[in-house]
Amino acid sequence: MKYPKNGRFGEFGGKYIPETLVPAIEELEENYLKFKNDKKFKKELDYYLRVYAGRPTPLYYAKNLSEKMGGAKIYLKREDLLHGGAHKINNTLGQALLAKKMNKKRIIAETGAGQHGVATAMACAALGMKAEVYMGYRDTIRQKQNVFRMNMLGCEVHPVKSGSKTLKDAINEAIRDWITNVENTYYLLGSAVGPHPYPVMVRDFQSVIGNEIKSQMKKINNKAPDTVIACVGGGSNAIGTFYPLVDTNSEIIGVEAAGHGLKSKMHSATLSAGTKGVLHGMMTYLLQDKEGQVTETHSISAGLDYPGVGPEHSYYKDTKRVKYHSATDAEVIDAFLTLTKTEGIIPALESSHAIAEAMKVARKSKKSESIVVTLSGRGDKDIEEVQNYLNKHVKN
Amino acid sequence: MSRIKEKFAELEAKNQKALISYIMAGFPNDKATISTVRGLVKGGVDIIELGFPFSDPLADGPVIQNASTISLEKGTKIAKFFSLVKKIRKETDIPLILMTYTNILYHKGYSKFISEAKKAGIDGFILPDMSVEESKEYLQAAKNNADTIFLISPNTSIQRIQKISKVSSGFLYLVAVFGTTGVKTGIKKYTIDAIKQVKKQTKGKIPIGVGFGVSTPEDVKKYVKAGADAVIVGSAYLKLIEKTSQNQLEIKIASFTKSLKKQTIL
Repeated sequence: MKYPKNGRFGEFGGKYIPETLVPAIEELEENYLKFKNDKKFKKELDYYLRVYAGRPTPLYYAKNLSEKMGGAKIYLKREDLLHGGAHKINNTLGQALLAKKMNKKRIIAETGAGQHGVATAMACAALGMKAEVYMGYRDTIRQKQNVFRMNMLGCEVHPVKSGSKTLKDAINEAIRDWITNVENTYYLLGSAVGPHPYPVMVRDFQSVIGNEIKSQMKKINNKAPDTVIACVGGGSNAIGTFYPLVDTNSEIIGVEAAGHGLKSKMHSATLSAGTKGVLHGMMTYLLQDKEGQVTETHSISAGLDYPGVGPEHSYYKDTKRVKYHSATDAEVIDAFLTLTKTEGIIPALESSHAIAEAMKVARKSKKSESIVVTLSGRGDKDIEEVQNYLNKHVKN
Repeated sequence: MSRIKEKFAELEAKNQKALISYIMAGFPNDKATISTVRGLVKGGVDIIELGFPFSDPLADGPVIQNASTISLEKGTKIAKFFSLVKKIRKETDIPLILMTYTNILYHKGYSKFISEAKKAGIDGFILPDMSVEESKEYLQAAKNNADTIFLISPNTSIQRIQKISKVSSGFLYLVAVFGTTGVKTGIKKYTIDAIKQVKKQTKGKIPIGVGFGVSTPEDVKKYVKAGADAVIVGSAYLKLIEKTSQNQLEIKIASFTKSLKKQTIL
């Protein structure tokens, strides 16, 4: 869906927002529509994406991993090589540049694991702007280093102590800040979630991933990949990967965090196990109880630990254009270790969900087929988490 | 005519403005809610707004957030809430408004939720995250059943004021400040201007209630003077409930309410 009419992808999306935010959201949409096709804006963004962030990212043929699985050729879209170590910078550069054009002096953002917060801090530092980041108190403890990184980058981090003290509460608090300081503040949302136009805008800024995959695969195979795989939390790297390929014949698979298993209550697999609801300004699938209260989630990767999902994913689930599968913590650790050993690439735990699925698909596929996996981030941030997991679960 | 409309007509005849008090159901427990309601009625409140807790109250400040969390921890559920409303209805005929977030209604189904609420004794709804653009199904479900009270902000355009007042019934809720509930205090010039603008646009067709950050008799007095038809006090009540013991609750709430209500009698 090119540009969603009334902000709706089928029945999903919309703008469920407090009235105070309406003028800000209208101003944002107006400016986004104006600048997204503006030659000067596009040129400037393209400059930062190339020279500052390191685009285009390579599409790497993971020969060792492919041979080990014995099936299709697995290609890795190396978003982990971007400045900051994840795809998040694609979106933060786009939105920070837009905010600058809109003459907004103050930027706020939310962050889960800290990747989006760091990418916001970087983009704002590069463009000479000031950012403040909301982060769940629990996440500030789990990801101390990222808090320090943001501080060094000149960004203030506000720990959020309400609710479950994680990403969803950081979003609530960022929205509250926005309501309070709506006149001068730009809210730089990090995933393809929230009220319209955020889901479509974030998708568009992240679509550089899928567009590059398309042309890179054309050079290699002269056609789109047989299968495309990406991990889904809020779903920004996935929608950026999928959207340019939905009109092709590629099979598309999004992979959610099954945590301790879909039957346990310890997971974040919103599309696999959720029901429709309204949260953070959008109608989408949610993890919620029988009364409509949003439930707490679990994932070994903080970046997927979110009870909602981008509305365009909900739409692709219902229209069956994209298949949504899930990977458990155990499968994710296995994929993490396998890729590290076979290819010398340490993937983020988030991206390891996509690797786990790619390994499953590859084992059952023909050698002539091709699989592209978006490696959304690098795993250096996760070493401690993996170590803890192994100490707990693997007996010598 | 709905209970809310009747109340405004009755007050107009008496040359009074409305005092609307907000409390969170089940905070800190159901017994306290009953005592608080008795205190409110004794103190002369005109309309009661009952909050139903939501896990993610993004328009609320720390006081109501905390009350929501406690209410949920104490096991507040929809069915339990409706039986609490029924209990209150046995004691008073005062208009009752339910304030919660869209997902609570959406999840159960707008029609089902609204008709059950109506049966229990709820007269109207306030959903701070329900924008006019998304309200079609909600409005259909509420039609001839309950009042739909929408919010207006000091930055709402004239065009939108028109649009919002068309779908609102009971009263229009003017958010006094840029911010969440209960946070900022002090009366801003832009709020006074907004009251005048909204009154001008609506030409007296619907009453205007002012809320968010309204906490003292002085606040009530100033907003009434500025032309508000109703004032809404919320977080100040929750703070009072929090520090008052159960056996003192009814008396303390009644006397605070009396002090607020006094300012609405012209």
